[in-house]
Amino acid sequence: MDWGALHTILGGVNKHSTSIGKIWLTVLFIFRIMILVVAAERVWGDEQDDFVCNTLQPGCRNVCYDHFFPISHIRLWALQLIFVSTPALLVAMHVAYRRHEKKRQFRKGDQKCEYKDIEEIRKQRFRIEGSLWWTYTSSIFFRLIFEAVFMYAFYFMYDGFRMPRLMKCNAWPCPNTVDCFVSRPTEKTVFTIFMIAVSSICILLNVAELCYLLTKFFLRRSKKAGNSKQQSNHENKEETKQNEMNELISDSCQNTVIGFSS
Amino acid sequence: MSWAFLRDLLSGVNKYSTGIGRIWIAVVFMFRLLVYVAAAENIWKHEHDEFECNIKQPGCENVCFDHFFPVSHIRLWALQLIMVSTPSLLVVFHVAYRENREKHHNQKLYRNPGNIDGGLLCTYLISLILKTGLEIVFLVLFYKLYNGFKVPRLVKCDIKPCPNTVDCYISKPTEKMIFLYFLVATSCLCIVLNLSELSYLIFKYSIKCYLKRHMKKQQ
Repeated sequence: MDWGALHTILGGVNKHSTSIGKIWLTVLFIFRIMILVVAAERVWGDEQDDFVCNTLQPGCRNVCYDHFFPISHIRLWALQLIFVSTPALLVAMHVAYRRHEKKRQFRKGDQKCEYKDIEEIRKQRFRIEGSLWWTYTSSIFFRLIFEAVFMYAFYFMYDGFRMPRLMKCNAWPCPNTVDCFVSRPTEKTVFTIFMIAVSSICILLNVAELCYLLTKFFLRRSKKAGNSKQQSNHENKEETKQNEMNELISDSCQNTVIGFSS
Repeated sequence: MSWAFLRDLLSGVNKYSTGIGRIWIAVVFMFRLLVYVAAAENIWKHEHDEFECNIKQPGCENVCFDHFFPVSHIRLWALQLIMVSTPSLLVVFHVAYRENREKHHNQKLYRNPGNIDGGLLCTYLISLILKTGLEIVFLVLFYKLYNGFKVPRLVKCDIKPCPNTVDCYISKPTEKMIFLYFLVATSCLCIVLNLSELSYLIFKYSIKCYLKRHMKKQQ
């Protein structure tokens, strides 16, 4: 059980995503999860062992480390990736529910069902409209919120995105102020900036996808309104024609009556 | 043999679950199993090496660590995950038994062996009750063993062979506490999901029963 399982789960959602959604998923897997597993975990692997304080006082190193790193970068990223991937599950569940309904209809032998067999239902790709549109849009919205929250948490906890070389610590039991040195600060800064940059790109992709979906929604709505207007215009024309015919008939009737009477 | 086995097991159960059951499986996968493997395991990896006491007395550190951590948080967490996923096996076994019976008698005994009705409904309800019970048991165990869900920075130890009272420092206490709270939150969420699934199923089938009886009376 590892990130591969997440890949399997999200791969299924990929089929029903927009093109921007597919790009987002690729960026997520290649530039975030893969970098995290292959590179970042090694860089932060020895973070506590190589965190060195200029003191022999037992316990001072532990306490200072805990003070400066309440939650390690690498764990924050792992949590961020998990939370950001979770909304896509909503879409996967909705699609599964729709498929289940269609299979039920098919099994009942519904005449309206247009599928030839169960396999076709399983392989079918649903269009993003109706209730699926709402699910998809809310999943993108939640993704954006989670990304923003985690980026802010990072910035807030570590006072920016830079990893200093030296930290001054005076938490008990350290005697007075003690110099503590972080291992691999430059490498950690580089990876932090990289992950933040990719996060920002993902945020931009999500915003673009949201705009695209909203535009599509409004265009579809205006098309429908336009169609219904055309239809009502058509209906109006039919009505006026019928009115004219009725008048002609009533006129001719009157003439006949007058003719008879005279 | 690794967590992949549990993942496959839960995927198998997915087929015979209700909608809320599927949400429960998703929560267990994403927020408990994945967080455990991807993040939590590494925090507790070197907990013994990084546990430091202000003393040079040999054996004192070992004894103090053993006193304060009889069973490590991460091992309890792993046990909890395994125990909580296992009752779902009951449902899988029951469905397999039904399918076996059909094969044995060579005729269709059930409308659909995977349909939650009759005996399978009882098995499903029992598995839900067991899951909820085990979650609560583990939460209480965590609370009792560690005096709440806090992880202190400093613990004072005075067990032999430590001379007098010795200060011992736990590594990464804040990070451990954050993940413990996360564990408690997801456990509570799973308990709520199980209880709502239980009430939903009981409600649905009592309505069905009542309607059947009503129809029979009318006839």
